[in-house]
Amino acid sequence: MAEPRFPQSMIDEDAALPTVASLYDELDEDRTTEVMTINIGPHHPATHGVLRLVVDLEGEIVRDLKPVIGYVHTGIEKSCEDKSYWKVIPFVERMDYVSFFFQMEAYCGAVERLIGLEILPRAKYLRTIMLELNRIHSHLVWLGTTALDLGAISMLWYCFRERDRILDLFEMATGQRMHTRYFQVGGVIEDIPVGWEEKCRSFVHDMPIRVGQYEALLDRNEVFLQRTKGVGIVSRERLLELGVTGPLLRAAGEPWDLRKAFDYLAYPEMDFNIPVGTVGDNYDRYRVRLAEMVESTKIIGQALDALPGGPFIADDRKYVLPPRSELSTSMESLIHHFKLVTEGYRVDPGEIYYAIEGPRGELGCFVLADGSSKPARVHFRDPSFVNLQAFKDMAMDSYVADMICSLGMLDPILGGVDR
Amino acid sequence: MLRGDLEGEDLEKYVEERVVTTTFEKMLNLARANSIFPLTFGLACCAIEAPIAIVTARYDLARFGAEALRASPRQADLIILSGRVSIKMAPVVRRLYDQMLEPKWAISMGACSSSGGMFANYAVVQGADKFMPIDMHIPGCPPRPEAVMYGFNKLQRKIIGSPDQGWRQRYNAAGTEEWARGGPASKPSVEAAEAYELARELTLA
Amino acid sequence: MPDGPGLELLRGEIEVDASGAVLATSFEKERAVLIVDAARVLDVLAWLRDTPGQGYRFLSSLHVADYLPAEPRFGVHYELLNRDRVERLRVKAMLPSESPEIDSAVDLFPTANFQEREAYDFFGVVFRGHPELTRILLPEDYVGWPQRRDFPVGGEPVTFTYSEKRYG
Repeated sequence: MAEPRFPQSMIDEDAALPTVASLYDELDEDRTTEVMTINIGPHHPATHGVLRLVVDLEGEIVRDLKPVIGYVHTGIEKSCEDKSYWKVIPFVERMDYVSFFFQMEAYCGAVERLIGLEILPRAKYLRTIMLELNRIHSHLVWLGTTALDLGAISMLWYCFRERDRILDLFEMATGQRMHTRYFQVGGVIEDIPVGWEEKCRSFVHDMPIRVGQYEALLDRNEVFLQRTKGVGIVSRERLLELGVTGPLLRAAGEPWDLRKAFDYLAYPEMDFNIPVGTVGDNYDRYRVRLAEMVESTKIIGQALDALPGGPFIADDRKYVLPPRSELSTSMESLIHHFKLVTEGYRVDPGEIYYAIEGPRGELGCFVLADGSSKPARVHFRDPSFVNLQAFKDMAMDSYVADMICSLGMLDPILGGVDR
Repeated sequence: MLRGDLEGEDLEKYVEERVVTTTFEKMLNLARANSIFPLTFGLACCAIEAPIAIVTARYDLARFGAEALRASPRQADLIILSGRVSIKMAPVVRRLYDQMLEPKWAISMGACSSSGGMFANYAVVQGADKFMPIDMHIPGCPPRPEAVMYGFNKLQRKIIGSPDQGWRQRYNAAGTEEWARGGPASKPSVEAAEAYELARELTLA
Repeated sequence: MPDGPGLELLRGEIEVDASGAVLATSFEKERAVLIVDAARVLDVLAWLRDTPGQGYRFLSSLHVADYLPAEPRFGVHYELLNRDRVERLRVKAMLPSESPEIDSAVDLFPTANFQEREAYDFFGVVFRGHPELTRILLPEDYVGWPQRRDFPVGGEPVTFTYSEKRYG
């Protein structure tokens, strides 16, 4: 592990205390240490969501840290067992609420692999475009709120201006800003409208310029550098032991990205790099995420150029709703529609675990099917939940202010942590 | 102007044109409504839309006077419950609400805090109404920032003292309000209670 | 994912060092699964992690599923990942209904800390040797194991004004 800032406790238990303290010593004989346990949260302006931290402080130095979670536990996994496969999609997208498309992709991809349904190329590309837009969205929310925590308040306004442009794109394509239920088992629910591509291209053209402006604001800001350089270093081996993935792991120097490791969606045909840090401190994490935003714009640009034509959802009427125009002409379509909407399709018994690269790390979905029309178990391996175990390592033996900075750079989203 | 410049009726008219009389209550309510200090409190998905998105430049909440978001409940007037209230968080929210000083208001934003939303299960409190009084419910999942602003404006009108009657005005159902538990208006007046009973009879008949 | 024949070879190799631990193998939907005896699961995991040719050093996910009508009822899944060869392998241990207990994998994979607490919180599966096995997501004084199949989903029926009067 890298050198902690204050490895030794500075309390000298044998030293003679000054006169004021000795007065108190007469009153309370067992008071020998100065370790103070304070409670941060669950409502606190600096925690990203309702995270409660029980911190043992010696002066301002953190000696022990215990995260207490569960304050936004929604029982999503239990609710999913009660709903047909199609109805689970709006539930799971509300887990990690800034990266909603990723949860949909993990779940729909898992069910598609269970059924053995192949999705068509246009759907793959559309899904890839939406996923990368969501990745930029998630990183913008992270940057705005983390810079706000560190005191760079203007960043919030600039990042959310870009975020609103992305949400305009989502709204134009799907009708809803967040939680769009756009991905369905078999493809996407509807095609992108006319004019979406131009808007997306203009966004993709502007985004790297904006990222350059964010860097100009923060990269050489003395206060920002002092607060983030050399802070919160955890070694690569320790992060791998703790199961940490995503930008945290990449900032520590490990080039591990599921988009490159496993072939899913349209990523094998895209040409992009994976930014990797060197030291693994908070500054590296910041740089890695900013670079990832630029890489995502490259992916979106390439996907828009290569977007194939064709249908946007699979044709298999057993699992996919028929188009409404057919309902008035074909009796079979009507029966399929009725069956799918009321009971839903049945999936043969089996289980699968499918993982994708979310903005915070490996987002895995485990689906257990028991032959009925409702899943028997849906479990999400959420990256924030596992990454939170590294927080203690990041914050130990350094100042409280460094702990807040590390919490921002850790980027936990408590909806995903608590599910 | 000097004393003696205007006399009698001219003086009366002159004063009437320049002075507004009102009750102290109304003036105070006007001041309260236009300078609300919201609490920075976000639970889940709705928190990204409010309080974060509505204070940003596109949906500026500051133009209604609510720019100063306060982190401490002791200094805040308004708590916006943005997100699902889980059973572990409910006592915490109640404690926060209790720590706020009168006069205070609560907006329940989104479907999850108004009624449990889509999560009808063991872990979510089915509506924050179950443990605290709420002044305004905003539907949506998540509601657009414009919807939150509309709800905020409605709350402002309620504070001023002229609440939007909404459908009750359109359908002549003036006496059908139900009052929340506690608070100064929790016991309806006799006429209002009778009107309520009458309205219920009419709808059920 | 080791393919079908590769999986059988793997089982053979494990038999040499930890005989009797692997009860069955399964290869479905292009995923390799080793079904192991619950008492020997740490041997198998340590073998998979430390043997030079194998190197499944990353535990992606540890979760429990309830196969209720079937006995043994709880399946503890360990999703292992070999990052050098980019291969996934699932190790499954089945636990019975009464007093489901299994050894904790925290010493082998520290990432299992929170995930085992979550499994305990939702299913009541006890992980022997875990440093702090308490409820993590539900309130500490909650009674019951919600994610089990026989636990009700909960919630309450939506009441409409007219239905109270008409239906009582």
